[in-house]
Amino acid sequence: MAEVSSNFLMVAFFTYIVALVFFSLTLSFEKKKEVTKSKRWGRIGFTIASVGFLSQLGYFITRWMAGGHAPVSNMFEYITFLGMTIILAFLILYLIYRKSVLGIFTLPVGIIIIAYASVFPSDISPLIPALQSNWLHIHVITTAVGQGILGIGFIAGLIYLIRVIDQSKKSKQTFWLETIIYTMICAVGIALTVWGASAMNYSVTFDWVNELGVETQISYELPAIVGPHEGELVHLDEDKFGPLLETPSWMKGVDAPRKLNTFLWSILSGSLLYVVLRLTLRNRLSAALQPLVKSVNPHLFDEVSYRSILIGFPIFTLGALIFAMIWAQIAWTRFWGWDPKEVWALITFLFYAAYLHLRLSKGWHGEKSAWLLVIGFALIMFNLLVVNLVVAGLHSYA
Amino acid sequence: MKLLSCSCGHTNPKGTELCGGCGKPISEQANNEKTLNMRYEGAARRSQAYHKSVVDRIWNFFSSVKVGVWIIVILLIASSIGTIFPQHMYIPTNINIGQYYENEFGFLGKLYYDLGFHNLYKSWWYLLLLAALTVSLIIASVDRFFPLYRSLKNQRVKKHVTFMKKQRLVSETNNLKFNFVKNNIIKQLEEKKYKVTTDGDSLLAEKGRFSRWGPYVNHIGLITFLLGGMLRFSPELFVDEFMWIRDGETSSIPGTNGEYYLESDQFLLELYDEDDETFQNAIQRAGGTVVKTYQTSVTLYRNQNYDQLRGDPDLQEIKTYDIRVNEPLKFDRFALYQLNYKLNEFKAMDFKLINEETEEEIGQIRVDLFNPEMNYEINDYTITLKDYFPDFYLNSEGVPSTKSSIPDNPAFIFEVNSPEKEESEVSFLSIGSNFDPNESNTYIIRLAGVDMNHVSGLTVRKDFTLPFLVVGGVIFMIGLVQGSYWTHRRIWIRQEAEGVIIAAHTNKNWFGFAREINGMAEKVNLSQVTDQTNINEEKEREKYGGSE
Repeated sequence: MAEVSSNFLMVAFFTYIVALVFFSLTLSFEKKKEVTKSKRWGRIGFTIASVGFLSQLGYFITRWMAGGHAPVSNMFEYITFLGMTIILAFLILYLIYRKSVLGIFTLPVGIIIIAYASVFPSDISPLIPALQSNWLHIHVITTAVGQGILGIGFIAGLIYLIRVIDQSKKSKQTFWLETIIYTMICAVGIALTVWGASAMNYSVTFDWVNELGVETQISYELPAIVGPHEGELVHLDEDKFGPLLETPSWMKGVDAPRKLNTFLWSILSGSLLYVVLRLTLRNRLSAALQPLVKSVNPHLFDEVSYRSILIGFPIFTLGALIFAMIWAQIAWTRFWGWDPKEVWALITFLFYAAYLHLRLSKGWHGEKSAWLLVIGFALIMFNLLVVNLVVAGLHSYA
Repeated sequence: MKLLSCSCGHTNPKGTELCGGCGKPISEQANNEKTLNMRYEGAARRSQAYHKSVVDRIWNFFSSVKVGVWIIVILLIASSIGTIFPQHMYIPTNINIGQYYENEFGFLGKLYYDLGFHNLYKSWWYLLLLAALTVSLIIASVDRFFPLYRSLKNQRVKKHVTFMKKQRLVSETNNLKFNFVKNNIIKQLEEKKYKVTTDGDSLLAEKGRFSRWGPYVNHIGLITFLLGGMLRFSPELFVDEFMWIRDGETSSIPGTNGEYYLESDQFLLELYDEDDETFQNAIQRAGGTVVKTYQTSVTLYRNQNYDQLRGDPDLQEIKTYDIRVNEPLKFDRFALYQLNYKLNEFKAMDFKLINEETEEEIGQIRVDLFNPEMNYEINDYTITLKDYFPDFYLNSEGVPSTKSSIPDNPAFIFEVNSPEKEESEVSFLSIGSNFDPNESNTYIIRLAGVDMNHVSGLTVRKDFTLPFLVVGGVIFMIGLVQGSYWTHRRIWIRQEAEGVIIAAHTNKNWFGFAREINGMAEKVNLSQVTDQTNINEEKEREKYGGSE
C-alpha cells in the first residue's frame, strides 16, 4: 500500500508539470488574440491539474490506509500536503476567475513545495501518544488548507508585483522581488540536489549527542558541509567529504544538523542555478517574468489576493488557533502554553489581522497590500521551516 | 452641536462626510474625491465630533484603527521576541535560572534574563498590551457600529446624482425612460436575491447587509475571549495540581478538598514493535524506541465523609478508567491527565544478616521504603533502623542527609544486637556501599533483593473560565465567517434628465459584482457599468486614504 501511495504522488507530481505546460501555452494564444483557443487550452490545463490533484488525493488516502493515520504527522507529509492544499486553493480560485496566469504561477509553487518535501525522510512514522487523536487530523488538515489559501493570496500578490513594478531601473522593489524569486530557486536547487544524491545512494553517518542528550547516529543523504555539534564520522565513512563546519549548539530542533546541512546546500545549489539563469537571460529574473503577465489586469489580481485572504484567514484561524487550543486542552492539559510554534501561529494570525485592518480602513490596496502578503507567506514558511530547525518545542517532529 | 444641513433638507451632525439623506458629499475632502470613500457610509463618528475633554481624547485615541494596528504590530513583535530563547517555564526547575541563561546563551542570554524576557508573556507590559488591545476593540467598535447601523437603517432610496456619479461602478444610458425597464429590472434583481425598494423613479437594491456586522460580531467574540482570559487571575476559578501515584496506592486527589480519591492499578508504558512492517524504518531512524502508550489504570472513589471534619474516608467507587495521553479522566468538572511517569521506583528492600566469620546466614528482613519499621527481630537477633535517608547525599558539612522523601537513593544506618555480643554493632548501607564505621563488625547486612514499583504523574485540572473562552471563540468564528464569506452589495438606479443612471457599491469582490450587474443590464438593454478606478487613482487614494 505504501508503494501504491508513492506512485500516486509521483504521478501527481508529473501531471502538475504537464498542466503547467498547457497553461503556459495559453499565453502564446493570448498574444495572437486567439481568445477561444486560449480559453480552451486553459480549460485543458485546469482538467489536467484536477487529475493531478485527484492522484495526489489517491496518495493521501492510500498512505492514510497504510499508516493508519492521516499523512500529516511529519515534515515530509505536512509539506507534501501543503503543496496539495495550494493546488486545491488554485483550482477553487480558477473556477471563480478563470485566469490561466494564476496557474502559471501557482503550479510551479506547488511543484516546488512538493519537491522540497522530498528533502525530509519519507518513512511512515508511528504516532507517539500525544499525536494519537482525531484532533491531529482536524487541526493539521484545517491549518494546511488555510495556509494553502493564504498562499494563493501571496501568489496573486506576487503576480501583481511582477506586473506593476518598474523594471527599467534598479530599486528597492526590484531587489526584494528578485529575492523572492531567488528563494524559490533555492527550493528548486535543493530538490534537484537531493534527487541527484539519492540517485547515487550517497550517505554519510555521524556519531553525536542529540538535542535530548542521547548518544545516537545521524545520517545525511548529502555530503556534509556542516557536521553535528561535537559529532564524529563513523568509522566506515572516515574518508568521506567534510565536515567543514560544525552546527552551533543552540540549534535544538529535531535532527538540526541535517536540516542545517540541507539548508546550506539549498543556498549553494540555488545560487548556482540563479547565476546560470541570470547569465542566460541577461536580465533580472523578475524582469524576464514580466512579459508573462503583460496582459494581466492588476486590479483583478489585487482582488484575487484579497479574496484569497478573506477565504483563507478564517480557515487558518479555525485550524491553527481554535482547533489547536481545543486539542492542546485535551492532550497537554492547557489550551495555550506559549510553545514557539503556538506563538508563531499567533503572530501569523495577528499579521493577517493587521493586513485586513490596513486594507479596510487605511486604504492599503495594490502594491502595499501585495508586499504585506509576501511578508505573510514568509511568516508561514518561517514557522514551518525555521522554527522546526532552531527550536526544540512540543511541536518537534522530523 | 453644530449641524450641517444639506440641500436635500437633511441635517447632519458635525464630522459628516456624506449626507445621511441623499449621499451628496458634504466635507471638502469628499467633494474633491473622484470616487467617494464609502467607509461607514460617510457618517460622523463620536471620535470625529468631540475633541475637548480627557475622556474625548482617550476615546479618540483608542477608536483609531491606526492605533489599533500599532497595538497589533507591537504585540506581534513582542511575541516573537519571546521565542528567541526558551521561556522560564520550559527550563528545568532545579537550577539557578539566571545562571542558566548566561551559561547556555552567553551575553545575550544574560541580557534576555535581565530584561525579564524569560517571562515575557507574563510580564506587566505584555498584559498591558493585551488590555490596550481589549480597550481598542471595544471603543473602535462602538465608535463605528452605531453610526454605520443608523446610516444603513435610515438610508434613502433616492440618492443625489453627484453621489451616484462618484461611485466606483457607474453606468449611464441616455435617451431612456426608467419606467419602461423598471419592472423588468426589478424582476432581474429579485432573481439574484436582491431586496428591492423604490421611491418614484428611483430604485435601491441591496443584499448581504448582515455581512457588514461581521467585524463587530467577531470583535465581541474577541473581547469575550480576552476577558475570559483575564478571569484566570482569580485562583478560585482555577485548579492546577499535580500528583504522583504508585501502582496499588490509593490517595486523595489534590484540589478536590478530600472529596475524591484515586486508586492506581497499574501504570503501563508500551513501545512500538521494532520489527513492525510499516514503521520499522522510521523506528530505526528514531533510535529503536518509540513509545506507543502511556496509560494509568485507575479507580475513582468519592469520599462520602468529605464534608465532615473527622472520621475516616468512606470511599464509594464511581468508575474505573484507563487514563492515557489524549484521554483524560473527567468527573465533576475535573479532568485528570496522564503527564509524567517514573519506572521502577524502589518500594521495599530485603536484607540478610550474615555472620562474617562463619559465613552463616542468620535470616532476612524486609524494609518498606515509604514507611519503614524501626525494629526487626530474627530469632534472638534484633536489628534496629537507627536512621534512614530515602534520597541520600552528603550535605555541605559532610553529614548524611536526604534530598526528599522519595527513595531514589536510599541509605540506612542499622544497629545489630546479637545474643553473643554485649555491644551492638553499627553498619551504614547505601546503594553500592556497605560501610562499617568501626571496622570490627562480626555481623554484616547485605542487600538480598529489591521490590520496585511504577509511578504515574497525573495533572489535576478544573477550569471555570473555559466556558467564556468557548463562547468567545464561537462568536469570533461566526463573526469572521459572516464578514468574510458574504458581501454587502447595493445598486442605485434613478431617472436623470438625459437618461437612466446606475451606481453600485460593495465592500469587496468588485469584479464579480460588476459581472453580476452587467449580466442583468444586458438583458434590459442598459449600458454596462464601468469601473472608475484605475491604478493611478489607486495610488492617489493611498496618498490621502490614510488620513484618519
